[in-house]
Amino acid sequence: MNDVKQKPVVESTPEDFAGQEYEAGFVTDIETDTLPPGLNEDVIRHISAKKDEPEWLLNWRLEAFRHWQTMTEPHWAHVNYEPIDFQSISYYSAPKSKEDGPKSLDEVDPKLLETYEKLGIPLREQEMLAGVAVDAVFDSVSVATTFKGKLKEAGVIFCPISEAVREHPELVQQYLGTVVPTGDNFYAALNSAVFTDGSFVYIPKGVRCPMELSTYFRINAMNTGQFERTLIIADAGAFVSYLEGCTAPQRDENQLHAAVVELVLLDDAQIKYATVQNWYPGDENGKGGIYNFVTKRADCRGDRSKVSWTQVETGSAITWKYPSCVLRGDDSVGEFYSVALTKMRQEADTGTKMIHIGKRTKSTIVSKGIAAGHGQQAYRGLVRIAKSAEGARNYTQCDSLLIGDTCGAHTFPYVEVKNPTATMEHEATTSKIGEDQLFYCQQRGISEEDAVNMIVNGFCKDVFNELPMEFAVEANRLMEVSLEGAVG
Amino acid sequence: MLKVDNLHVSVAGKKILNGINLSIGAGEVHAIMGPNGSGKSTLANVIAGRDGYEVTAGSVTYHGKDLLAMKPEERAWEGVFLAFQYPVEIPGVNNTYMLKAGVNARRKHHGEQELDAIEFMQLIREKAKLVELDQSFLSRGVNEGFSGGEKKRNEIFQMAVLEPSLALLDETDSGLDIDALRIVAQGVNALRREDRSIVMVTHYQRLLDYIEPDFVHVLADGKILKSGDKSLALELESRGYDWVKKEAADTESAQAKSV
Repeated sequence: MNDVKQKPVVESTPEDFAGQEYEAGFVTDIETDTLPPGLNEDVIRHISAKKDEPEWLLNWRLEAFRHWQTMTEPHWAHVNYEPIDFQSISYYSAPKSKEDGPKSLDEVDPKLLETYEKLGIPLREQEMLAGVAVDAVFDSVSVATTFKGKLKEAGVIFCPISEAVREHPELVQQYLGTVVPTGDNFYAALNSAVFTDGSFVYIPKGVRCPMELSTYFRINAMNTGQFERTLIIADAGAFVSYLEGCTAPQRDENQLHAAVVELVLLDDAQIKYATVQNWYPGDENGKGGIYNFVTKRADCRGDRSKVSWTQVETGSAITWKYPSCVLRGDDSVGEFYSVALTKMRQEADTGTKMIHIGKRTKSTIVSKGIAAGHGQQAYRGLVRIAKSAEGARNYTQCDSLLIGDTCGAHTFPYVEVKNPTATMEHEATTSKIGEDQLFYCQQRGISEEDAVNMIVNGFCKDVFNELPMEFAVEANRLMEVSLEGAVG
Repeated sequence: MLKVDNLHVSVAGKKILNGINLSIGAGEVHAIMGPNGSGKSTLANVIAGRDGYEVTAGSVTYHGKDLLAMKPEERAWEGVFLAFQYPVEIPGVNNTYMLKAGVNARRKHHGEQELDAIEFMQLIREKAKLVELDQSFLSRGVNEGFSGGEKKRNEIFQMAVLEPSLALLDETDSGLDIDALRIVAQGVNALRREDRSIVMVTHYQRLLDYIEPDFVHVLADGKILKSGDKSLALELESRGYDWVKKEAADTESAQAKSV
């Protein structure tokens, strides 16, 4: 990929970001249909009606809502934030559609397209750039989907989940909530009750998805919680690579983002799920910024299925997520590769859960945490080997890199082994970016800032290598932009 | 070219250098010898711009420019190179990539065209031969998993690529076996040029058998006590450092009496 314009996070050169201004900080003035703040059954009925949903889904939402009301907000993560007033959040916001919504880009609100241009996601160019289809989520509702034809030919379904509810209700009903049940946790229950949109992917038996699928999420309307719901099903022998990348406009109030992502893998299926998350992190004093409380889980139901999560998390005021793998099928494989960077007042408590149930299941965890400024960083991971998981293997490596002396890194590994044949490996390091390393690079003629970028990117290399090529380039640039001014 | 004038340096309040005077001309090879803790490495590091040293008096000029006012990378762009006593490992950062960034930053500073990947690869293949550095080292992480000898060879390789006008070799001979020492010395000798000055910091005469210096200085207690030609190094080898210290002390007291 030689055209960086299509990437939402790396369009400009680092010089453009002097003073660490958040580059995607602008608000689009577009007519939105927004519910007043507050949450009750009427709000849920309203959302469901707006989406023209069948009764089973409304009932599913209401059940989740009732369950949520009985739950208490969890506070065990190693993060600090002001209490969230769930009644002050508006739970629905959609761009007003003229008629029945756009059929092509030409029908899309020009202002919306302008927003994408500013973000560096020119959909027109994307259409020409072979290989990537974009299902662009803007304020919870997908407004443009490209490359449908080519995917259709392969039998792949890639659409907003609201559309899937209408067009493929049997698939949605069969799988929705089966990986992350409605009552799984506080935020998953809330998401189940009020989710407005998200992506749906179905790859039929034996099909290798002909292109990488990507969705660029974007939060726009003021005070609107974002509740994305993503469901990806890889049928037997199917393969798909899914990319997710995010930016958000700058604003003062904290915004809650509680997404749920469910991946289902049948026999011999493979899903690669990559995320680049760059939401507004708040200002230097920790004001503003996104709360990113996400539940992501893959269920390897089939034998020999394989899932890999790769995430590059540089944004959000608070990141709280554990993309997990339930390795149910025999010989199934779960992988988790993560780079998380916290600077200023950002906090992250992230990691993964590997639940080994099937025989000879294998999991790999590579986590790289970088903390700068007053950033706080925690790796929290669970590896559970069930009694049934004969011959299971896990390899865990978690490394932390500290820049400066006002940041922190913490590691909370949990290991539960109920089968004596398991093989477990765990490596962990914490290092400070060395004055020696910096001086060495500078002595060779490299400026301090470039040296920091070089050292950090070297530290992250094992993870970036897992990203699709164009994302790897983007990730490198993202780290550079994110670290600007963090040293010195 | 390089002029060190009355240089006083402290580290964490402790005086390390007490008035160093040193003048190094183009094409000259100087050896700075002295016992442990005499301040030899401090001198090399202060010239290269390492943090943590406080210059309390004196100056260092290079081609008439005030080196001490420059950042380490700016000194590198002016042609100053330090071969580290303990080369640093930087995991995940490709050796070639780092070196290319350094070369191009300097070229950019001087308004020269940056080298592209192909030109650069040609350059480093040629230079790697100089110190018999295996090609596989080029694509490995900077000093990552290198043996002591490999690290030192990598330093001289980097010197060959960066083509400095002033090379400071800080105990480049330490930790080398005799074969590695020969290879490193051959590399340095091949890099001797009439427009390139070399300053070798070393404990031992051994290195000077391979790289013949024009001048030898004895540094002890933060001062240059004696300077001479290569025969001084041989004398040090046979007599140790104490006689130099004594001689200097006698001179000093004689001077004090005459005042």
